[in-house]
Amino acid sequence: MLHQALFFLIAAMCVAGAINLLLQRHPIHSALSLIVVMGSLALLYLLLGAEFVAMIQLIVYAGAIMVLFVFVIMLLNAGEEEHTRGSRMALWFGAPAVAAIVGMVVYVLTSNSTTLREVHLGAWASTTHDVAMPLFREYLLPFEVTSILILIAILGAVVLARREH
Amino acid sequence: MIETLKFVAFLLLKIVVITHVLLGAVAYTVWLERKLIGRMQNRWGPTRVGPFGLLQPIADGVKFILKEDMLPPGVNKPLFVLAPLLAVALGLTSLAVIPFGETVSQLGKLGALQISGFVRADGSIMDPGVGLLIILAVTSIGVYGIALAGWSSNSKYSLLGSLRASAQMVSYELSLGLSLVGVIMLSGSLSLRQIVDAQAGPFWHWNVFVGLQFIAFFIYLTAAYAETNRIPFDLPEAETELVAGYHTEYSAMKFAMFFMAEYANMFTASCVATLLFFGGWHSPLEGLVKYSLPPLLAALEPVFWFAAKIFVFIFVYIWIRGTLPRFRYDQLMAFGWKVLLPLAIANIVVTSLYVAWRTV
Repeated sequence: MLHQALFFLIAAMCVAGAINLLLQRHPIHSALSLIVVMGSLALLYLLLGAEFVAMIQLIVYAGAIMVLFVFVIMLLNAGEEEHTRGSRMALWFGAPAVAAIVGMVVYVLTSNSTTLREVHLGAWASTTHDVAMPLFREYLLPFEVTSILILIAILGAVVLARREH
Repeated sequence: MIETLKFVAFLLLKIVVITHVLLGAVAYTVWLERKLIGRMQNRWGPTRVGPFGLLQPIADGVKFILKEDMLPPGVNKPLFVLAPLLAVALGLTSLAVIPFGETVSQLGKLGALQISGFVRADGSIMDPGVGLLIILAVTSIGVYGIALAGWSSNSKYSLLGSLRASAQMVSYELSLGLSLVGVIMLSGSLSLRQIVDAQAGPFWHWNVFVGLQFIAFFIYLTAAYAETNRIPFDLPEAETELVAGYHTEYSAMKFAMFFMAEYANMFTASCVATLLFFGGWHSPLEGLVKYSLPPLLAALEPVFWFAAKIFVFIFVYIWIRGTLPRFRYDQLMAFGWKVLLPLAIANIVVTSLYVAWRTV
C-alpha cells in the first residue's frame, strides 16, 4: 500500500520533471528539471530495493554529470533560448514519434506478459555484494573493457582541448 | 495501527532531538571558532554577551532573524530562495545515516543511536547497507546550493565564487571518494556501523593505524577541507578578491542558512573521519581498562567518545584556519589533480595488495 503510494508519487515527480525540462526556456531551469528526473529515478531504484544502484545514480548522474551541465551553462552564461522554425519542426515530428515509441513499448509488454517476470516493489533487496559478484566474476572482461572505453573518451577530450595551443 | 503511530512519533522525536543537538553544536562551534581564533591572534574574541561571550550565538541568531530579508533587484527569485534551502537541507540530510553509538536498550526498537538504525528482535542493529554512499551522494548534490546561489544572484562576484566552488568541489570529490576505498576494502562493507564494528578494540585497531591508511586519512582530511570550503581552500568566498563569493547578495536568515550549511558540512566531514578512520564511538582504551558504569551511562559512554573525537576534528578545522593562508587558484587545482588524486589511487593499489596478502 505504502509502496504503491510512494511509487505513484515518485513516478509523477519524475514525469513532471521530464515535461518541465522540455517546457522551460532557460537552460538552467531545464538542467534543474533533469536533476529532478535523475533524483526521482534514484528513488524508484531505492523503492525496488536496489540501494547500491540508487546511490550510484545519485552520485554519478545527479551529482557529477549534472554539476558539469550546470557549470557549463553558468560559465557560458547562456540566456533564454528562442523558438526557431527548427524547434517547431521538432515538435511536429517529435510528438508522433513519442506516441509511437510509447505504443510500441506497451504493445511489447502486453503481448509478452506471460513470459516476462514480475518484480514486486520492495521485494527485491539487492545488496552491494549481489551487484559486485557477477560484475567481477562472470562479466569481468566486459567491465574492464568499458573502463578502457572511458579512458579513450578522456584522451579524446584532452586531445581536443589541447589542439589550440 | 497504534503501534505504527507510536513508532512514527518516536522516530520524529528522535529526528527532532538529534537535529537540534547538531544545530546547537553548530551555533556553539561559531562561538568556539571566534574564541580560539581570537586567542591565536592574541585577543579575546566575544566577551560582552554573557559570561565568556557564551550567549553570543543566541544574540547572533536573534539578529539574523530580525534583520531585513533583502531581495536584490535582478535576481532569479525562485532559485535565489531555493539555493540556501537546498544548502542547509542537504547539509543536515547526511546526519540521518550517521551512527553515534550502540543501543539504549530501554528504548526498544528505536533505541539504536542512529536516526536510520533500528534494533532487530535479537538485539542487533539494522542500518542502511550503503550508508557511506548516501553521505557521498548527499555531498555531491550539495554543490547545487552554492552553484545556484551564485548564478541566481546575477552578480559577478557571486557568479565567480560559485564557479570556483563547483570546479573545486567536483575536483576534490574524486580524491575524497577514492581515499575512502581503502577503508571500504579493509572492512568489506559500505555500512557505517559495520565499518566501525570492524575497528572494535584498543586504538591500534583503528583504520588510521592499519596498513598505510594514515595516507588515506591525510587525503580525506585535505579533500574534506576543500569540500566544505574552509581555509586553506576557501576560494569560493575569498574576501580579498570576491567580496564574499557566492553569498555576497544574501542577507539575514538566508545568509545564516549558508553559514549553518557550512558548519553542518564540517560536522559531517568530522563524523565520517571519526567513523572511518578513528574507530567511531569506541573508546581508545577499549578492553584495556576495566570499569563499570550505571546502565544508562554505560549506554551513553560511546556517545561521549564519539563527541570527543568530533570535537578534536572541529578543533583542528579551527586550528588550521588560524595557521594556513589561502591557496592560489591554480595551486588548488594542481594540488587536487596532480598530488591528491595519484596519491589516492596509489593508496588503493597498496591497500588492495595488503588485503590480498592478509587473506592468503
